[in-house]
Amino acid sequence: MAYRRNNKLLLKADWGVILIWLTLMAIGLLCIYTSGFNEEYPRFFDAHNQSRLQALWVGMACVIAILVMIIESQFYRFFCGALYIAMLLLGVATLVFGQEINGSKSWLSLGVVSIQPVEFMKVAAALMLAKIVSAHGFRIQNFGGATRAIAIILAPFALTLLQHDTGSALVFTSLIIVLYRAGLKTWILLSCLFLILLFILSLLVEQVAITIFISLLCTGVFMAISRQHKAGFINMALVAAVTLALYFGLRPLDIRIPLFESLILAHAVMLPVAAIYAWWHRLKHIFFIIGFFVASVSITYSVDYVFDNVLKEHQRRRINDMLGIESDVKGWGYNVHQSKIAIGSGGLTGKGFLGGMQTKGNFVPEQSTDFIFCTVGEEWGFWGATVVVGLYLLLLVRILNIAERQKSAFAKFYGYGVAAILFFHIAVNIGMTIGIAPVVGIPLPFISYGGSSLWAFTILLFVLLKFDVAKYE
Amino acid sequence: MNEFANRRLYIAIFFTLVCTIIAGRLFYIQVVDGYYKRVADQNVMRYELQYPARGLIYDRHGTLLVGNQTVYDIVVVPREVSSFDTAALSQALGVSPEQILLTLSGIKSKAKKTAAYQPALFHRQISMEAFALLQEKWFKFPGFYAQARSIRSYPRRVAGNLIGYIGEADTGSIAADPFYTQGSYMGKIGVEYSYEKALRGKRGVNIYMRDVYNRVKNSYAEGKLDTAAVPGKRIVCTIDAELQEYGERLMQNKVGSIVAIEPSTGEILTLVSTPNFDPELFIDVHRVAERNALISDPMKPLFNRAVMAQYPPGSIFKCINALIALQEGVATEKTPHSCAGGYAFGKRFVGCHGHFSPVNLTQSLQVSCNTYYCHVFRSIIDKHNNPQTGFATWRRHVESFGIGRRLNSDIPNELRGILPTAAIYDRMHGANRWKSLSIISLAIGQGELGVTPLHMANIAATIANRGFYYTPHIVKSVGGEKPDSSFFVPRFTTIDRRHFEPIAQGMSYAVTQPGGTARIAQIAGVELCGKTGTAQNPHGEDHSVFICFAPKDNPKIAVAVYVENGGAGAKWAAPTASLIVEKYLTKTVARTWCENYVVSGNLIQQNGVPSKQ
Repeated sequence: MAYRRNNKLLLKADWGVILIWLTLMAIGLLCIYTSGFNEEYPRFFDAHNQSRLQALWVGMACVIAILVMIIESQFYRFFCGALYIAMLLLGVATLVFGQEINGSKSWLSLGVVSIQPVEFMKVAAALMLAKIVSAHGFRIQNFGGATRAIAIILAPFALTLLQHDTGSALVFTSLIIVLYRAGLKTWILLSCLFLILLFILSLLVEQVAITIFISLLCTGVFMAISRQHKAGFINMALVAAVTLALYFGLRPLDIRIPLFESLILAHAVMLPVAAIYAWWHRLKHIFFIIGFFVASVSITYSVDYVFDNVLKEHQRRRINDMLGIESDVKGWGYNVHQSKIAIGSGGLTGKGFLGGMQTKGNFVPEQSTDFIFCTVGEEWGFWGATVVVGLYLLLLVRILNIAERQKSAFAKFYGYGVAAILFFHIAVNIGMTIGIAPVVGIPLPFISYGGSSLWAFTILLFVLLKFDVAKYE
Repeated sequence: MNEFANRRLYIAIFFTLVCTIIAGRLFYIQVVDGYYKRVADQNVMRYELQYPARGLIYDRHGTLLVGNQTVYDIVVVPREVSSFDTAALSQALGVSPEQILLTLSGIKSKAKKTAAYQPALFHRQISMEAFALLQEKWFKFPGFYAQARSIRSYPRRVAGNLIGYIGEADTGSIAADPFYTQGSYMGKIGVEYSYEKALRGKRGVNIYMRDVYNRVKNSYAEGKLDTAAVPGKRIVCTIDAELQEYGERLMQNKVGSIVAIEPSTGEILTLVSTPNFDPELFIDVHRVAERNALISDPMKPLFNRAVMAQYPPGSIFKCINALIALQEGVATEKTPHSCAGGYAFGKRFVGCHGHFSPVNLTQSLQVSCNTYYCHVFRSIIDKHNNPQTGFATWRRHVESFGIGRRLNSDIPNELRGILPTAAIYDRMHGANRWKSLSIISLAIGQGELGVTPLHMANIAATIANRGFYYTPHIVKSVGGEKPDSSFFVPRFTTIDRRHFEPIAQGMSYAVTQPGGTARIAQIAGVELCGKTGTAQNPHGEDHSVFICFAPKDNPKIAVAVYVENGGAGAKWAAPTASLIVEKYLTKTVARTWCENYVVSGNLIQQNGVPSKQ
């Protein structure tokens, strides 16, 4: 009976999403075929082609999709905690018994096949976070709520980081979008974005310039909120005066203070003044602004330290490469350079199926997995690449719509989790192939070669579709 | 819970924004920026240059002087090497088995992932014969291949200095001319250098598609853009190979030059500079040591003395002073001067050797009287109110013979020589503090004068032509076409034609008449006109100098011979020049005694330093 009912419900599944899913997998197959194309073995289903295996993975993905749809939707809700823990344990097992491939210890060998547990971890994390956030009485503003939510994200993040798989680890940070939907204060989200911006800026621009920028920003915000324009301008003038006095004024005494230190000292002098002023006039916003200012400047100061001491050499290089600070097109910058060449040479309309000389000549490493988008860009040109990006955007927006129409909060937040994870993969993967994101080895959903990621993304997506169908039950 | 429902919109806007940035970036690198398309072409296209055969060089009669021959370089593709017959390879290449294994492991360690598919040079230059032997057993050496390469061959082994050699292009040339790349060859000296552009031909290119391992996949655009190599042009020299060979034989064990010119065309028949070298040294990679020895030889065999060494002309310069005297009207051919063994004026004394006295102008050339030319030279300079004007006139006449400037032949690195200006004497003696007597050395071709053997031969050719010369040159045709048109313009001197006859007569007397200085140069049946010179040399024995042309009427050949430290002009230079003339005009040499005398003459001691006799 249950089978028949399920069967009927399946017809109510969101066929728009399924169609996009099938299209993307088909594009993936074509791209993998062309990137592994070999004139000596031109047949599609040949042992020398990855496309043969990928076809197998796609077939199994379809089976998995059906299985996910058949399983009772309550199953995911009740067992997601166990699933989450199991996945964490699997992650630990990977760390202990895993195979090291390309410097990351993220593969677990199961006899004949190897899987990447982290791909499935993403599903478990999305489910678990949805469950926590949708729990009765959960408020993100509460300390307890926030701690639990952040812990759910941080545990797999830390574990993956230990596996030296920074890219996959960063994927979990995208779940902050779920928290945002759950009511995370906008300013916290903006602060996070601001921090990232600050990090990048402090690598690109002189510290002095950033400090001036933050100072002006804070004063501007202060003036906008408190409408104390006069006080704001006086503050700016005083800071400038003290800075210049320190920088030039002590020269006759043969004491030279560098510009950055002068600036910091000037602010240190002015901050108590501002604090007293604020206390006097009962302007409580200014304390937030002062706190923000101090935090920003300390971050700016510490970025160089973090960058030079915490990050590893290859991570520094990838960030440098992305920011255009320095590049080595023959050495560590080779991948991105070749990838940009392949995509750039595609032009407006591309070189046609199997026409990509760059991808056929194997100039781009990892081109069937992380750099699969090169094949799209080279063979199908700007129009083809835009269509693929458009398909993804359509999928994401549709997922958001599906999420929003869920009656259960669990399903709703899970939907946002799905969108967040897919979005991060798409943006960072495509971004790195065109040189606007650092090179982190994460796959392009549904297109990249590989069984683990394809199945994990399929499960991720179809669990949501199942929830969507289940609301009719 | 739905209080934050509007946040879906913000999230959607954020997603759209990021996707728009991606699309914008795609538009930039795919449509706007052409850089990536250019680099992509470089990435996948392999340009295989087709090297043209270098042009051949022939002598004036069509004898091959420089040809091409095929040699083979053995290359190895590290990925394809499996166990091979080391002993057989060692035998075929003449290299020890240990050396073979050492070279191979060196190549293998250098070849990384991609280079392992690339042929690497294993052994350079084996001959066609060695290659034929090796070819029978190629199957024993998997991964080894032979690459044909064209190098120069020198069937006659003559005129090394004149023809020059080719060597790897230097960094300067590579930077200046895109034709040259690292390891490509170019002419270094001589004809190979001057006619480099004609000889090198045009390179062709075959464009292939390749993959990241540099493996050629197929021809690009079905070969529509490929171009064929155009072989270098064939160059015919004015050199007479046989005469050149003979000249080199005559000059063996002597330091100096022979330059022979056909007066009616300016074509250089022979240009010898000794010591010379075997051009083969520069093509055999296995003779590096000998080549280096050649380059560092203190006798400078690579130095083309015929155009790059300047000497005092000595008495041969009297011909020019006599011509100037006639032109300026300060003497006629009948003007007599007596000579009592020298010219004395005030504190100055220019010595002369014993001969009959008095002599007229024609006889002065016959006996090479120094006194006569001191008188004549002073008359030329003192004809005007001040020596400055007289000197300027004299200088203008001398310059018209091509002295003191480059003749602009096609021989590279030609020297201009020295022809003093009034300013030099102003500096030496003080302005207006010098007079004809101060510069009297010029009367007999000494002092501040420097000419190359090419200049001297050109003087002989000018006198032979009775007043003009054609720019001497060594190339008759380039690819069937005449070279530089400037070679066919007669260059007239400032001396009238009529004044040359007495000079030619005097030069004839020097060879034929009793008391003549060059009687050794007499050839039966040929009226040879010559002038000896004995150039004073502060560093040692005088240089032996001789210029001549023959026959006197309608001359066919003009020769200059300069033998360093050879003593009197009649001692070495005159017999050598006359043998050249005899060989050229009569095709045989009847005066075997003279030939034996010159050929066996050895002026170089065993330590390689010219001897003082």
